[in-house]
Amino acid sequence: MSSETIQHRHLPDRLDKPLSAALRSWETLLAVVAVAIFIFNSFASPHFLNAWTLSDMTFNFTEKAIIALPMALLIIAGEIDLSVAAILALSSTLMGFAMQFGLGTPALVCVGIIVGLICGAFNGALVTGLGLPSIVVTIGTMSLFRGLAFIILGDQVYKNYPDGFEYFGQGYVAWVISFELVLFLAFAALFGFLLHFTTFGRRLYFIGRNPVSAQFSGVNVKRMKFILFCLTGVMSGVASVLLTSRLGSTRPSIAQGFELEAITMVVLGGVAITGGAGSILGVVLAALIMGLVTFGFGLLNVPGIVMSIFVGMLLIAVIALPILWKRFVWVLKK
Amino acid sequence: MLNTLLKSRESLLAAAIIVLIAAVATRFPGFAAPSSLAQAFNDTSILIILALAQMTVILTRSIDLSTASNLCFTGMAVAMLNKAHPELPIVVIIVVSLLWGLALGAFNGLMVWKVGIPPIVVTLGTLTIYRGLTFVLSGGAWVNADKMSPAFIEFQRQSLLGIPVLSWIALLVIAAFWLFLRNTKTGRDIYAVGVNPTAAVYTGIDVGRTKFIAFCISGLVSGLAGYLWISRYVIASVEVANGYELNVIAACVIGGISIAGGVGSVAGAMMGALFLGLIGLALPVINVSPFWQLAISGAAILVAIILNARGEKTKGRLILKRATAA
Amino acid sequence: MAQASTISKSAPALTLSGISKSFPGVRALHQVNLSLYPGQVTALVGENGAGKSTLVKVLTGIYQPDEGAITLDGKRVTLSSAQTAFELGITAIHQETVLFDDLTVAENIWLGHAPRKRFGLIDWAAMNEKARAVLAQMHAAHIAPETRLRELSIANKHLVAVARALSIDSRVVVMDEPTAALSAKEINELYDLVALLKSQGKAILFISHKFDEIYKIADRYTVFRDGEQVGEGHLKDTAQNELVKLMVGRSVDKVFPKHHAKIGDVVLSVSGLSHPTEFENISFELHKGEILGFYGLVGAGRTEVMKALFGMTKPSAGTIAMDDRPLAITSAEDAINAGIVYVPEERGAQGLGTGLPIFMNVTLPSLKRTSKSNVLRLKNEFDLARRYTERLDLRASSLSQDVSTLSGGNQQKVVIAKWLAMSPKVIILDEPTKGIDIGSKAAVHEFMAQLVAEGMAVIMVSSEIPEVLGMADRVIVMREGLVTAGFENKNLQPETLVRAAAGIE
Repeated sequence: MSSETIQHRHLPDRLDKPLSAALRSWETLLAVVAVAIFIFNSFASPHFLNAWTLSDMTFNFTEKAIIALPMALLIIAGEIDLSVAAILALSSTLMGFAMQFGLGTPALVCVGIIVGLICGAFNGALVTGLGLPSIVVTIGTMSLFRGLAFIILGDQVYKNYPDGFEYFGQGYVAWVISFELVLFLAFAALFGFLLHFTTFGRRLYFIGRNPVSAQFSGVNVKRMKFILFCLTGVMSGVASVLLTSRLGSTRPSIAQGFELEAITMVVLGGVAITGGAGSILGVVLAALIMGLVTFGFGLLNVPGIVMSIFVGMLLIAVIALPILWKRFVWVLKK
Repeated sequence: MLNTLLKSRESLLAAAIIVLIAAVATRFPGFAAPSSLAQAFNDTSILIILALAQMTVILTRSIDLSTASNLCFTGMAVAMLNKAHPELPIVVIIVVSLLWGLALGAFNGLMVWKVGIPPIVVTLGTLTIYRGLTFVLSGGAWVNADKMSPAFIEFQRQSLLGIPVLSWIALLVIAAFWLFLRNTKTGRDIYAVGVNPTAAVYTGIDVGRTKFIAFCISGLVSGLAGYLWISRYVIASVEVANGYELNVIAACVIGGISIAGGVGSVAGAMMGALFLGLIGLALPVINVSPFWQLAISGAAILVAIILNARGEKTKGRLILKRATAA
Repeated sequence: MAQASTISKSAPALTLSGISKSFPGVRALHQVNLSLYPGQVTALVGENGAGKSTLVKVLTGIYQPDEGAITLDGKRVTLSSAQTAFELGITAIHQETVLFDDLTVAENIWLGHAPRKRFGLIDWAAMNEKARAVLAQMHAAHIAPETRLRELSIANKHLVAVARALSIDSRVVVMDEPTAALSAKEINELYDLVALLKSQGKAILFISHKFDEIYKIADRYTVFRDGEQVGEGHLKDTAQNELVKLMVGRSVDKVFPKHHAKIGDVVLSVSGLSHPTEFENISFELHKGEILGFYGLVGAGRTEVMKALFGMTKPSAGTIAMDDRPLAITSAEDAINAGIVYVPEERGAQGLGTGLPIFMNVTLPSLKRTSKSNVLRLKNEFDLARRYTERLDLRASSLSQDVSTLSGGNQQKVVIAKWLAMSPKVIILDEPTKGIDIGSKAAVHEFMAQLVAEGMAVIMVSSEIPEVLGMADRVIVMREGLVTAGFENKNLQPETLVRAAAGIE
């Protein structure tokens, strides 16, 4: 038996047509759900189908979604960051602190983002340098970062940000299109490109699926995870600039609970909590759904906390239903 | 013997607590007085029992993020029950709080056991669901002290042999967990599942069922804590114990409970909670702003994880005989 | 113990008849029969992948057979769970100890059937006491019942597993290669234990690759090949050659492709490579066009040396040079860039991104070449993946198929394709055919012959003697972290290798 005699079987690229695979995908389901909620909202309230109303709606999710983007990458790589809201709070507090020394708007933005970067790098160093589990590290830094904000600010408030600072959270690029929305879409495109079209993104999936085998294939797992934590920190800093600008004030309790909402967006968007699977499109759609639900309930005068029941059930249902469905089909086959 | 004692996390933590008390006592001797320490224990009771319940879940390589929401929901339920039927004896209130909490915990457990959803996702979901249901149940209204019956409020403050009932309950729960985790088959299964799930299967332990039991226990205790919390702070609202689940997990982490499962002790969880509680009590005594508390507990968590990780490093396999002998 | 002798030796304690078990794409056991007799040791021999592990899992209630019957002391039983099997008195000592590192010795022995006191509570004092008694009975009193298992050596962990078997009145004890990772002294102690178990009338199934050991302690044998039982009998009536023939089922020459690659200059030279705990003073040279076999018992330190060559563990001393230029390898990336690649023994855990498609697995290390300034080019990836997987005759439905749905043999082809795409100078194959079917085995061997014909240099770590003798040009033998011998593969006898690996003078 020599190599010439072996009949090679030709392996096709894929069996599924890309279109039929896309139709059966998680993202399609999310899009259908989003459209359904949109239609429901437009019937439920006569005020909904108004450009300004829709524009207002986007403010419900843009800041959290901006954090959800790097969080998606982090979770795909098998890690998690619970300290993002605390980073946001510390970053916001230090911007306010820096403002007291007369720093202008550009300098404040730099402060916000650099604080985010430093916090992210601190998380990353503890996780990759000392090999600690990210979930407990970031539970710790979550208290630490927010605690630092409390030490600096106590029960005080920073207000009166310099001219121009309000643009980030309150400005419009054109007509009803807010700066926040444009920035979010730009970042979504950037992260989508990074995850789906670059070698960096490809390696992330391998790290999430099996970090040992990724390492055995020459992937520098630690360096990549460190970069992801830094990226998450930076984006938390960006979100901090937006939220601080929109609110026009800073308290240390700012953005309480954002981390769980950002993670919910990521999981709802189809990213596997165990790592190795997910897409940015899914996360963007999940963010939109959460924004639509919050806003729709708001129009109906349903309090936000009731909305959270819906989001919680959605979170469990979207994970449970495919599992139960598979089991059901399997039983039918037997 | 001394060597193992020095290495154990529990003794390290005990030392840290003693140092903390001693340091504060050098300036304010009253802090170390027995009555003051007993008061501190009483103040930390709820955190202690929640930490024990959380530890049971963490031991099985799971996590329960819904514990504070369960507490809030159950607390509201019994507060409203008390408001509607003030004549009901306290024992009924306690049984209702236990069963209510158990049902919520069992839901988490079923999702993990029968559907196979990762615990962190299930309890992230129920974290918001249970708190949302509190709102639905109460219609957003608060239950204030004046709507609660005196018996409801006073029960935990009654003194038995000079110790408040709340402390007795905590001591009872500590003893129960100690006995359960050490001397029952299910308790040992909980450890075995966390140490090595594969080996647990080989030993004939049902891993999913064991996790289910752990979540039930967590729910049961969270429910009890719900009543205790509401009657202690005499207000029931949707905001009760918001974010407290992270304090509970922090107490476990400081107490040396490994998030990877299988490692942790009742003494550790108890002291982790006490440590956090004592810091909160010590700060005002030494005139440090209470705003320092969060950052200090954050730093304590990080120090604890780093120390724990150092202790958990497994020795590599030794192949060289020379190295084995050395 | 007097009781044991009264048990009739002719009636089997446990009988398996017509047991079959299949997994998707693999027939692990087919119509297997097996009888174990009280007070006797039955040796189960067979190559890797012959179905021995599956049989152990059926016996211990982890797997349910698709068909067949299990009879224990004349009664038909169903081993529906590990707990049931244990309670019926079937205990096992596994190859890799499946015990609980963070629990105490006593608890590892008694978990699931611990002594109870009032209210069904576990009686720790009694448990420690009874554990002490069992350990003393085994002459293992040096192990304190209160010790955490983590602190014991592998040999002592085995003793704990044996103690667990002794802790109940077990009828059947399964020992799955228990001596694989033990030293000579520890092995002798284990033989004493087997004798003790025998004297208590327990029926023992002893799985081993070591023939001298089988002849030393076993009474009967049974041989598995490709999931079927191909022979059984009394060892004293059977010559060793006969067993080998049954086990392999073919003569060595037929199976392995002859390769006549021209052996060229030295590519890789390793000298004095050492590690604080794993290996010491490892020196060898590897030539172009050569297959260098590394033989030794499981746990001899071969894999650890290979990991050091591949930058996954840091050696404490020694040098590695390629084409006479010294290499500084501190990561897998460095090794790959230098032209050294490694096909690990544990495919699933170390070789594959399970859940991801074939083509992504193949192109992972080659992404720099298939992409343009780090932007993916899918067409390049598919082309590259197709080129190498087809060359290896990969059987799959498409290049986008999830690798975890492939058979072991085809998974191995994906791992090899991944590295071939890097055009390496040196390819290290660690147990390249472990647990894969005969057809894929032949394909892998055929392919190794092609590689060296093209001038690549191959290091093959293997514990299968026929494979080593059939494929390697030279053989290096390791034992306990040291190189103990090196041979040209000319008229090399299996016994020579076995002796060198086991340290028999």
